[in-house]
Amino acid sequence: MPDTVFDEDLLAGVRDVSPLMLGIAPFALVAGIAAVDAGLGLAEAVGMSVIVFAGASQLAALELLGENAPLAVVVGTAVVINLRMLMYSASIAPHFADYGRRLRAGLAYLLTDQAYALSVAEFDENPDRSRWRYYLGAAASLWIVWQIGTVAGVVLGAGVPDAWGLTFAVPLVFLALLVPAMKDRPTTVAGVAGGAVAVVAAGLPLNLGLLVGALCGIAAGLVTEVTAS
Amino acid sequence: MTDALAGVVASPRAWVAIVVIGVVTYGIRLSFIHLFGRIDGVPTRVQRPLRYVPPAVLAALVLPDLVTLRPSVAATLLDERLIAGAVAGAVAWRTENVFATIATGMATLWLFRFVVFA
Repeated sequence: MPDTVFDEDLLAGVRDVSPLMLGIAPFALVAGIAAVDAGLGLAEAVGMSVIVFAGASQLAALELLGENAPLAVVVGTAVVINLRMLMYSASIAPHFADYGRRLRAGLAYLLTDQAYALSVAEFDENPDRSRWRYYLGAAASLWIVWQIGTVAGVVLGAGVPDAWGLTFAVPLVFLALLVPAMKDRPTTVAGVAGGAVAVVAAGLPLNLGLLVGALCGIAAGLVTEVTAS
Repeated sequence: MTDALAGVVASPRAWVAIVVIGVVTYGIRLSFIHLFGRIDGVPTRVQRPLRYVPPAVLAALVLPDLVTLRPSVAATLLDERLIAGAVAGAVAWRTENVFATIATGMATLWLFRFVVFA
């Protein structure tokens, strides 16, 4: 066993995740800008990035908080967005099965789309890697960039005039994630239906439009899958 | 005065949301990593709908920020946000690059807001 965690496997994780930072850094900046826009201060913005640490749900929650939506709607929407991590947790769990309870609890906190995707690909390709070290290298790097980006976004968001519409970067970030998520017919139908229903339902009370749109999109995807098979 | 008051009132609300979302999200992350060995994996009945969560949720987040239904079709379509979103969507499709998508989307928004429609 190496006497330091800064070994080859950890550094490989750091190295492999670095190209992704070009997408993560602006995403984190937007999270900070959106926090200011929702009326939050630096402490709340950083608190959210540390405690929640899941970008898409943070941006959705901030948007709803800014619109004074009921807390149940804010929480419900964010949780639906983060449900996808149930799949990542299940998929990566066998790789961590031999580790102690404490280490697994720590690794779980750092689970993100990017850390998951990068790690399982590497574990398949390179079975000799120390799993937790490689994953930690990638996931902790993402965590650090996410926190720094949030702080920078709060500072930037407070200094740029509203007319520039910096919060428009929020839907743009989601758009960049949405396009690759619509990869076949059922997922495309899920996206089109979810978006269309959300637009029509935008006037619903309690800001329920997003949640209703998302649930209709999921149902539409399932129906398409069933009718196609 | 009103702003300062709003900040004080908004703050505990925001913290409650942050903590509850954080705790539930951590539970989601930990779920199978913690349980592994006791159960075999996600049941198919749960796994199937989860596949559609990302496209459905992301589209429901994006589209209402780009489109506002107005009385006429022209008024709905001739919206700087929708035009910028369409350009950014094309860039996202071609490049799958978050940075390029944000950059072209913002540039298009500013072009139409400050030049074309100004």
